[in-house]
Order: sequence, then C-alpha cells, then structure tokens
Amino acid sequence: MKYASLRKTNLNHWLKHLKNKAKLYAPRPKENLFVFRPVKEVEEVCLEYIPTILPPKKYYFPQKEKLFKFSVQPFKTAKAIDKFEEFILFGVHTCDIAGIQCMDVVFRDAPEDPNYLNRKDRMAIIGIECLKYCDKYANCASMGNHLPRGGYDLMMVDLGEKFIIHINSEKGEKLVSGLDYIKEAAQADRNLLERVREAKKKVFKEEFIGSLPEVYDAFDKSFASAIWKDVGRRCVACGNCTAVCPTCYCFDTQDDLDLSLNNGVRYRIWNSCQMDDFAKVAGGKDFRKGRDSRQRHRYYRKFKYPVDKFNRYFCTGCGRCTRTCMADISLIETVNSLLSEERLQ
Amino acid sequence: MLEREILLEKMRATPYLPMKAKIIKAQMVTDKEKFFRIQLENKINLGHIPGQFVMVSIFGFGEAPISVCSSPSDKGYFELTVRNVGVFTDKLHKLGKGDEIGIRGPFGRGFPVDNMFGYDVMIVSGGLGIVPLRSLIRYIMHNRNDFGNVQILLGCRSPKELLFEEETKQWMKRAEIKFNCTVDRADPDWKGNVGLITALIPGVDINPIRTYGVVVGPPIMYKFVILKLLEKKIPDHQIIVSLERRMRCGLGKCGHCQIEGTYVCQSGPVFTYNDLKKFKGELHEKAA
Repeated sequence: MKYASLRKTNLNHWLKHLKNKAKLYAPRPKENLFVFRPVKEVEEVCLEYIPTILPPKKYYFPQKEKLFKFSVQPFKTAKAIDKFEEFILFGVHTCDIAGIQCMDVVFRDAPEDPNYLNRKDRMAIIGIECLKYCDKYANCASMGNHLPRGGYDLMMVDLGEKFIIHINSEKGEKLVSGLDYIKEAAQADRNLLERVREAKKKVFKEEFIGSLPEVYDAFDKSFASAIWKDVGRRCVACGNCTAVCPTCYCFDTQDDLDLSLNNGVRYRIWNSCQMDDFAKVAGGKDFRKGRDSRQRHRYYRKFKYPVDKFNRYFCTGCGRCTRTCMADISLIETVNSLLSEERLQ
Repeated sequence: MLEREILLEKMRATPYLPMKAKIIKAQMVTDKEKFFRIQLENKINLGHIPGQFVMVSIFGFGEAPISVCSSPSDKGYFELTVRNVGVFTDKLHKLGKGDEIGIRGPFGRGFPVDNMFGYDVMIVSGGLGIVPLRSLIRYIMHNRNDFGNVQILLGCRSPKELLFEEETKQWMKRAEIKFNCTVDRADPDWKGNVGLITALIPGVDINPIRTYGVVVGPPIMYKFVILKLLEKKIPDHQIIVSLERRMRCGLGKCGHCQIEGTYVCQSGPVFTYNDLKKFKGELHEKAA
C-alpha cells in the first residue's frame, strides 16, 4: 500500500489506536497559540494550527537531557537513561519535518551523537501537509518546505471528507495496517490529491525576492554589510529566536548535584549563540562580542555555513524566529534586504 | 586491541562519558599556573598528537578544554598546565596528587608533525602559548633526527611568568636547538631581552621555503607575528597557529568553538595561515 485513506470521522479512532501503540505527541491549543504535548484525550488534538511555540525538537533533542550519572567519591560514572521510549509525533508540518532532517544530518555527522540517534530511532513521524499559509511570517515556499520532501513515516493531506495518507516507510505502514477504517486510497482520491497540490501552487509564492542560490550568494558577499549593524541595534539578545528554531542545536553541559553533594547528573541543556557569553574564552576574550555579530552568526548558520558543510539550508521557513521576536526582527525582511543590497551593487 | 583503538571505540560509543584518571603529580609552577601529571585508568596511553586537547571533568563543577603539554613519547601519563582564571580552573588548582578527575579525548587536529619531517622549525610562543607548544618541543626533542634546524622564540610578560624554566635551561644547553627569550617588563635579575616578541623575528636566519613557523599565543599576537613571518617569506601553508576557544563537547556539535562555519574542536585548534585567510572576521575580538 502506497496511499491510504481515512475518513475524518474515524480520526479519533486512529488516534486512540496510535496512543496505545506508543507515546503520542500532537499539537493542541494553548491560550492563543499551539504546543506539542503528550496526548491524554484524543479530542484535544488540533490539526489546524500555526507552528507551535516550540518545534517538536523538544522530544528528540530535549531542552535538558541527561548525559550520565556520576559520583564524586568514589569517582564513578553510570548510564543515565536505561531505555529510550518509543514515540510518535503526530500532525507535524512539513517545515518541522525539514527541521528533523537537518538535525539528522548534524548528529549523524561523525562523531555521531548516540543520545540523539537513540531517540530518533524510536520516533515515528506522522506529518500533515499545509494547504494554506499559517500566517505572514512563514517563508516555507522559498525554502521549498511547503511540500513534503520525505523524512516522514506517514503524510496526511486533508481532502475535505477524508485524509489521504502517503505511506513512506515500513514503520509507517505498521501504523495504518490491520485497521478496518483505513483503506487503500482509491484512484479518485489520488486524483483529488493532484488537484489539491495544483491549487496550492496559487496559494504559496516565494517569499524572498530571489531564489535560494541568489540568497546564498548574497550571504557570501554580505559578511561586512551594514544590515547586520541594523539588525544588531534592534536585537535585545533574549535568545528567543534560537530557542524556537527547529534547527538550532547549540548546547552547554551542566552538572547538577543532589543534596549529598556527592551524586549527580551531567546534563546537556540548550544554549544560544545570542547569549552574551556564548563565544567567550577563559581569559575573557569574546569572539562574537556585539549583538550584530551574534545575529549575523545565527543567519549564517541557516543560509551559508550548513550549505557549505551539508549542502542543506537550515532555515525551514517555519517563521518562528520572526513570530517570537520581541524586537520585530523579521527573517524575510533581513534576507530580502541582503538581496536588494546585493542587486544594487 | 591497541590503546588508540580502545580510546577511539570509547569515544564512538559513549562520547560524553569521561574516563577515570588520577593526578600523579601536581605543583604550582608560577603564581597562577599549576602543572599536573595525569594517568588514565589502567595506565592507558593517551596517544595524542602534539597540539591536541582533552576535556577535563571535575564532577559537580563541569568540564573544560585543556591543551596537553606533554609529548606522546612521554609514555604512561600525560601532562597539563593550567592557569587559574575561573570557577573550574580554581577548583582544578585545589586538586593534588592522588585526586581523580575525568578525561575525554584527545580531540582536534594537532600540529602537522608528519608533514614537518625534514623541515626546519621556528617556534614562536607568547605567554601561555608555550603550554601546547611544549608538547611539540618535547616531541621534536624525542625525534630530533626527523627535523632540521629548530629555533624557539619565547615571549612573556615578566620573568616570573616564565613557564618551564628548568626545561628552558635544558633547551638552551642543547646546542642543536637555538633559543631566544624576551619579556615585556624585566625585573632586576633579568639579563635577557626586553621588548615584544616581534622584535626578535627579523634577526633570525632561516631558509623560508624549508621552514615551518609555528605560532601560539594570545589572539593579539598572531596578527603581528604572522606579518613578520610573511615578511620572512615563509609560505602561507607553513605558518601554523593554534587557536583558543571554549569547547563544551569536542564533537563539533555544541557550537561554542565555532569560527564562522568552522568547528575549532574538530578542524582545529591547529590551523595553517592558509586556513585563517578564509575567515572573514571572527578570528579576533571585535564587533561586526
């Protein structure tokens, strides 16, 4: 089976089935925004959502993650996580799936990171394709992430009365097989999917004023641009943009001792290149001292450095950094300014 | 299994887990620097390349990257020299003989000692730069026949900050290694040069095409020393530096040591001037 179909009236049955199979995480409303949460009641799951406050990276790259246990006297270390849990991410947008693909590339790159890979191996991804823009902040069309590009086990597309589900892996096949309410999709559904994709072309337009290779070129030439000064002047170095980014993975390590002051755990915790002391060395020298150089670093880590290293843009187009920025620094605006500056020269 | 393979396998399977190691010798060598001789569990050799670093763990205090200052030819142990500059190093300074610490590594790209075979070597050290350079100098001493003329230019702020004084005297006695030293500020007993290290470079006699210039020191020193070495016509790819960054993982992931697109912990800390030329502006401390 390559494509399956599921009537919307049966969605909750399926969610219950998934919930019994493994730990299930899905989007649901929180105040006026959305979050990924463990599913307690399947009715809470909301598939019409704008990107969640945090991307699902919190489940495969937790904000605070145990590396190992230790005791000071006698000097001893031990595994901190006995068993990594099987889990399903449900209703993931294609932009966030692109984010997971970026993380895969980073943590598989030698030397491999076993903590990430252990979690990733036990993760199933069920995506949902967006048929309209979430809001004005997204730049998924320019990044090419408004369409599914692999990296998932199942991909759902809303066809009105039902979902058509693309089965992309054996893991995915197991999640839809043996259920009487999920059938192989009829040719009519496949045709409808084609028409939905055709209609999408009219909705999603490139948000940048240039193509990705032009963006790369602009970055290549804009290291000394005054635009970074402008971005840096507005930035308050709060680090929100990196916390919410699905492809930011910088971290710090931290030892926490229990009350005995002898036993403890070494954690890795998210860290942000926007923080004042991020690139500081022992003698106090700081190699990215200004907020302008730190913002530039963040942008280059999306549009330049990973392209050189992995041939992959690390901006997914989710728009979270702009949505969350307290100083209204807009990614689309910054990239377009670089492009126009480059064109003027 | 070879010791090197044991360490590599350990790093592959559990890259964040430190090995147990014991301090077998510790002594203050200046007011601020302490010297440690360290033995890994089961007396495994670290098997590092001169210029590589290790991550030192003190449980409850964390982890920090420290350059190895002994040569791989010093068997059964390795050595570190650490300046007391912060919470972690202060705690490390309180440790002594018999205390246990954690070690991960060795990490990074060391000095290209194999490529340097048969070449003359001119070593320029500023301040604490002598610490990673000591691993190279000792390596050269132990494999003296593999190298041509060797000369060392050493600079530090004042005579009492001079590290490895006894060893320095030995280096000076060994006729086949030229040694020259300068301090920024002399004290009454000082009989050597006074002034910046750059002043010593024009006077040295080298055949640039056959010479490696190896420079380690504070960031400000690089620019000026490299300019002098270029004036001497040493080719770009034979000018070698080692850069300081505060690594947290050593695995090219955590982002702290990144200079533009390069992770210093994996691609460095040793670079050639050819590599440095490609950087656009994060080598030095300055705003964009």
